[in-house]
Amino acid sequence: MSVVPITDRNDHDTAPYCLEQDMQAPADSPIVQVASRGIAPVIMLIGLYVFFHGHYSPGGGFQGGVLMAAAILLLRLSLGTGLSQAVMPTRITLRLSAIGALIFAGTGLVAIFFGGNFLNYHFLPIPWLSPEYLRYYGILLIEVGVTMTVMTTLVAIYDDLLGC
Amino acid sequence: MLEFVQGYYAYIFLGLLFTIGLYGMMVKHNLMKKILGMSIVQASTIMLWIVSAYKEGAGVTVLDKRIGVENPDLYLNPLPHTLMLTAIVVAVVTLGVSFALIIAIYREYKTLDEPTLLEQMK
Amino acid sequence: MKALQYLLLLSFFGIYLAVIVELPPRGDVNSPMHQTVNKVGTPIAGTYFIQNAYVDAKTPNMVTVILADYRGFDTLGETIVVFAGGIACFFILNSRRRKP
Repeated sequence: MSVVPITDRNDHDTAPYCLEQDMQAPADSPIVQVASRGIAPVIMLIGLYVFFHGHYSPGGGFQGGVLMAAAILLLRLSLGTGLSQAVMPTRITLRLSAIGALIFAGTGLVAIFFGGNFLNYHFLPIPWLSPEYLRYYGILLIEVGVTMTVMTTLVAIYDDLLGC
Repeated sequence: MLEFVQGYYAYIFLGLLFTIGLYGMMVKHNLMKKILGMSIVQASTIMLWIVSAYKEGAGVTVLDKRIGVENPDLYLNPLPHTLMLTAIVVAVVTLGVSFALIIAIYREYKTLDEPTLLEQMK
Repeated sequence: MKALQYLLLLSFFGIYLAVIVELPPRGDVNSPMHQTVNKVGTPIAGTYFIQNAYVDAKTPNMVTVILADYRGFDTLGETIVVFAGGIACFFILNSRRRKP
């Protein structure tokens, strides 16, 4: 168990308080590792269910996004940061978050290009749908963006807080 | 007296919770306890809005095909629930950013006690 | 100093109690926030959304329709706030140098 000396902004050598090996190592007991590897896909599937059924039952974008982030954070806690990079690498979390916000604002801009107000789903360019179903699928498209942003931002905050 | 308690007990308890959170933010010296007090204040505010959206004999805000929508007294008021969804997500993100600030303060000054911090910053 | 803080907390709770009894009781169906029209004649938001959510968007869940269709601009602002929180955490915690 070695410690890594770290300097702060003014190049003062700070005391070794950051036990990197301890915080980012896998859990000791094999029960925790195997059980979390079995439960995390189920939690992700439940999160997808809550997100897609936002039209018919309580749920929607934010709730589904938080459940999906919980699945990834379970893997980060039990397997350590190094081994769970394969599920969601640390360097692409903020970029996916920006893409989610872009999907949301992009839908509104598409509505402007085709003649309507901002975020008015009546003017989306899908020709075979009636106006009520245009709003239905507009709501679904927006919730995709919201879910992606919320999920990747929560994982990015965890990685920043515990990355030493 | 019984009608008064039955109509207002939720508001009184939530006001007590707000005062407890405010006590934690004002009186305690450790920075971490102040942040937990802020979380209690946020929780009590959100619950006050949601508790006030209740109607006697009403169901959930999801449309039921058998009841229909002619009588709006059979569904809860959906507007406070929607506004508080936004408030809950903003509370979570605020908590994350404040923990990041606390970690940066500890790395710089090696303490989280507020009077000691004020002495060291002079 | 401590006495002032406790006095402030007690006076806050007292003012809160003096104001909260003026609200209509919880669950009252005849309170002004659950009616259909205002005193002036304009429709009130809560019951308008209940009556017109399925007609406009063919979606049974009224909260999702309000969040993404009637009040979609607030949801856009909230998504931007979440993204800004992630960016703020990144910049606070990652700009220190590490000894090689």
